[in-house]
Amino acid sequence: MTIEWGWFPDHADEMAELTADHLATAVPAVLLGLLIALPLAVLAHRVRPLRGFVLGASNILYTIPSLAFFVLLLPVTGLTRTTAIVGLTAYTLVVLVRNTVEGLDAVPVKVREASTAMGTGPLRTLLTVELPLALPVIMAGVRVATVMSISLVSVASYIGYGGLGQLFTDGFQRNYPTPVISGVALTLLLALVADALLVTVQWLCTPWRRGTSRQRTSLWRKAA
Amino acid sequence: MLELLKNLASWLTSPAQWSGPEGIAARILEHLEYSVLATLAAAVIALPVGLLIGHTGRGAFLAVNLSSFGRALPTVGLVTLVFLAGGLSVWPVYVSLVALAVPVIITNTYAGMAAVDPEVKDAAKGVGLRGRQVLWQVELPLALPLIMTGVRLATVQVVATATIAAYVSFGGLGRYVFDGLAQRDLVQVLGGAALVAVLAVVADLALGGLTRLLFRGRPATAR
Repeated sequence: MTIEWGWFPDHADEMAELTADHLATAVPAVLLGLLIALPLAVLAHRVRPLRGFVLGASNILYTIPSLAFFVLLLPVTGLTRTTAIVGLTAYTLVVLVRNTVEGLDAVPVKVREASTAMGTGPLRTLLTVELPLALPVIMAGVRVATVMSISLVSVASYIGYGGLGQLFTDGFQRNYPTPVISGVALTLLLALVADALLVTVQWLCTPWRRGTSRQRTSLWRKAA
Repeated sequence: MLELLKNLASWLTSPAQWSGPEGIAARILEHLEYSVLATLAAAVIALPVGLLIGHTGRGAFLAVNLSSFGRALPTVGLVTLVFLAGGLSVWPVYVSLVALAVPVIITNTYAGMAAVDPEVKDAAKGVGLRGRQVLWQVELPLALPLIMTGVRLATVQVVATATIAAYVSFGGLGRYVFDGLAQRDLVQVLGGAALVAVLAVVADLALGGLTRLLFRGRPATAR
């Protein structure tokens, strides 16, 4: 297999465009996922009987193959970017819901009680005490969801919204490996950069946790 | 929408659709063959590596970053690449599915091993167990629930992703999805997709049942 290095500078514009396209599908999917997952997770955390149902439902969504998911949505949303975004959002849910529930579970009961004792209402306790403390675990989920979404966008190329995945179909059809290689490399790079950005955001958002490396390993374990 | 569901039901229940080398039964078998062999191969590669990393504590960085890398690697790209490099054979299917499953199993195996309480390991050494005995008699049994979670996750992903076999013309249930997409036959696409989803759920439940059977009477550390 030979790589034609000359292909890369010639197609820089195309690659930039596809990368932007890729992000325009992956980023809204994760944001939408968070918007849905947070209330669901809080519900599962507070209302015990709902817990099994919420976690089970998000697990089942995950078992549906990504390709099938996009296709299943076709009758509803058609050949649009919405189909790709909704499909990816469903995928992010399993990680985001589970990690948020786990993060909230890990907040010591005493902390919540102390907050209540100081006269803070349940909503404010949630927003100002529980969620910030759960943030590292939630962010671990966001990182996994982001990396996964970026990788899965390429599957949406079958319905025409695959971002860098378009390079795979192109290379496959023309029996030409160079675009495929560039697509794989750019997807990996994009996922890596997004992950690094999220680590930075988390570091900025949780000033009380800086320093030790022990928590970093425990975080990674959660992410695994 | 209702019409579509009716057509889908008749597609799924028509006996003609189920028989023959192009039938659903044969496609399910192909799909299972790819999935089972790929998951087994991945387990054979990943379990020793994960156990070794967990036991020695060396290479933890690798174990942890591998999962991230594995998740970021686009499977469609990989299968295309191996196909273009090696030509028409079933290898691209297996390479991609194994590459998908290995990081998941390694990371979970390592996580299971790392979660074993160091005091328990010290106690095991204290009563005279040697390194290898600690691994087999203490660490492995304690890590097993998380290891099984990893195998389960990997299996579901492999079953769901084995549709790519059809992309490089090797049958499986993905055939219906790709053929249906090419022929604009939505019923066929949905039928194939539904079958894959059911297969993935069944595989997950089966492994979950197996895990429960293995850990009957043990504290529920398995998630």
